[in-house]
Amino acid sequence: MSIVEAQPALDPTERAEIRNLIGHYPTARAAAIDALKLVQQRRRYIGDNLLAEIAHLLGLPAAELDGLATFYNLIYRKPVGQTVILLCDSITCWITGRDHLAQHIERRIGIKPGETSADGRFTLLPIVCLGHCDHAPAMMANDVLHGNVDPATLDAMFDATPLP
Amino acid sequence: MNTAPDRPLTRNIHRGAPHFDIAAYERADGYRAVRDTLGKTDPAAIVHMVTESGLTGCGGGGFPTGLKWQLMPSAAQRPGPRYFVVNADEMEPGTFKDRLLLEGDPHQMIEGIILSAYAVEANMSYIFIRGEYVTAIERLSTAIAEATAAGLLGENILGSGYNLSIQVHAGAGRYICGEETALLNSLEGHRAIPRAKPPFPQISGLWGCPTIVNNVETICNIPHIVRYGAAWYRSLGINGGVGTKIYGVSGRVNHPGAFELPMGTTLHDMIEHHAGGMKTGYELRAVLPGGASTAFLPGDQLDVSMTAQAMAAHGTRLGTGTAIVLDDHTCPVGFIANLQQFFARESCGWCAPCRDGLPWVERILKSIEAGTGMIDDLDTLAEMTGNLGPGRTFCALAPGAMASLQSGLRYFSAEFTRHIETRACAWT
Ligand SMILES: NC(=O)C1=CN([C@@H]2O[C@H](COP(=O)(O)OP(=O)(O)OC[C@H]3O[C@@H](n4cnc5c(N)ncnc54)[C@H](O)[C@@H]3O)[C@@H](O)[C@H]2O)C=CC1
Ligand SMILES: Cc1cc2nc3c(=O)[nH]c(=O)nc-3n(C[C@H](O)[C@H](O)[C@H](O)COP(=O)(O)O)c2cc1C
Ligand code: SF4
Ligand code: FES
Repeated sequence: MSIVEAQPALDPTERAEIRNLIGHYPTARAAAIDALKLVQQRRRYIGDNLLAEIAHLLGLPAAELDGLATFYNLIYRKPVGQTVILLCDSITCWITGRDHLAQHIERRIGIKPGETSADGRFTLLPIVCLGHCDHAPAMMANDVLHGNVDPATLDAMFDATPLP
Repeated sequence: MNTAPDRPLTRNIHRGAPHFDIAAYERADGYRAVRDTLGKTDPAAIVHMVTESGLTGCGGGGFPTGLKWQLMPSAAQRPGPRYFVVNADEMEPGTFKDRLLLEGDPHQMIEGIILSAYAVEANMSYIFIRGEYVTAIERLSTAIAEATAAGLLGENILGSGYNLSIQVHAGAGRYICGEETALLNSLEGHRAIPRAKPPFPQISGLWGCPTIVNNVETICNIPHIVRYGAAWYRSLGINGGVGTKIYGVSGRVNHPGAFELPMGTTLHDMIEHHAGGMKTGYELRAVLPGGASTAFLPGDQLDVSMTAQAMAAHGTRLGTGTAIVLDDHTCPVGFIANLQQFFARESCGWCAPCRDGLPWVERILKSIEAGTGMIDDLDTLAEMTGNLGPGRTFCALAPGAMASLQSGLRYFSAEFTRHIETRACAWT
């Protein structure tokens, strides 16, 4: 049973865009990731009802699309905050102090990896090497890459993000 | 602009300067190779030239590129769709070379794809790129639009009769998608688990059709080989290497970064001269020479030249050519535990030894690091390096994971024992 409320159904634009994505490939299912990402871009996460709708458009059983959605790190099946912080936890960032940054985040806004702050502003998730190891430690915050991250970078972000 | 460059891959990439749009790229002699070749040179002649160049795959496997292309049945032998796929999934920890090429010179990537796809007679190309590379995705999409508007992509390119479309496919984040057959499954909308090889993708790839999968850096070499020839390309290498390579280093060095150098440059030369040596107060203990899936090279063996052959002779691999430095202020046990945490999390779960073995390895290492390990754990770890070694699992992920563990147990055995005996980590 889901404790998460249903999200509003896909609107006609979203449906049209998904059909358009399907047209890019020889089979409909090949558009699965593109479709999930398109919807997530607007809705932040893919709740059960949206998953079922997308699956229907792709001609897949919802369970099968769920198997795909949950396989990937960047598809969120649960609500996430307004800003998703992806803090690299791979080797070079680990050497250069990413654990201290995680501790700083916990001290400042009270969340551990996998958690969302009570005000809904931030979610912290670990991420695999961002290919920015020459500027380690690295993180992405809502698609923006940051290198040489230090507590001041984080504080600036926390202070700049308005309440929802 | 007609003199052959000695740093072909990065000739247009200047730190701090904007990347080239199509006009700037063409002013710098870009798309010259495409204009001189399409409809004028037989595709087989390009395959021959690439074979002669000695270019090997830069995705980590090091397979000869020309040979791979030759193993694809010709369009006459196998009529029907054929695909050329770019592997831009770059998720190997410590690896950041493809990002440099994709963001720094997107048109070079597109020109490489056009020539490669033409050579293997494919009319459709997918760039499978990791979703986190948002800047690269944007720049590639713009470059494709510019090239299409200039008649360099689409139907009947430059009147040659050759057609090619390129589509950027952004992934959703999973290391296994970089394994070429898992990549194909992911692209088809299936769960990204590897397929059995053989058949190799050249015979049965995307939707069962002949498909070539090549790494970003591999493909970026093609325009230069076509433009300046195989002999020129070979002459760029030193110490037995051919061409250039984007090497890199990260960790506590003065200037971490990626550097295009002659293939065969020594690890010592790269770290000391190009990366500025170790930061003050830190000493180099060991290096993972080519990303997280390669074995440690101890600090006293850095004179090795970075070619596949020389690295193999030193018990490790060239891998992606981007090195990670372990310094004397960093716990080797913690270092290896971090690597194993990555591999355990990213195992695709398809075969039991990897799915169950890697989390076990991770737990043991974390307990040793935390001071709660037992001396018998070292035997268990050694045994696991055999059980998850080459040939024991479905793909190369698990053997790659074991490379650092197996060599680390050997080089840092005193450190492992000390953690267990003193029940503590001396570095924290
Ligand atoms: N760039 C990155 O981010 C990463 C790279 N890697 C590297 O990937 C490598 C392993 O990749 P694999 O594809 O499993 O290696 P592989 O050695 O099996 O294959 C390398 C390439 O050669 C082709 N090939 C090999 N044998 C062939 C044959 N007999 N006939 C026709 N084609 C053949 C394969 O199709 C593939 O394209 C590792 O060495 C590792 O360093 C691993 C993880 C991440
Ligand atoms: C677990 C795993 C991950 C891989 N990830 C990548 C990758 O991100 N990029 C890449 O080019 N090759 C990667 N490879 C290697 C590919 O399977 C394949 O060998 C390569 O794309 C072939 O291109 P090349 O011949 O041009 O090197 C990976 C292999 C394994 C086993
Ligand atoms: S070795 Fe690991 S990653 Fe490779 S197929 Fe088996 S479970 Fe998947
Ligand atoms: S290890 Fe963090 S960006 Fe590469």
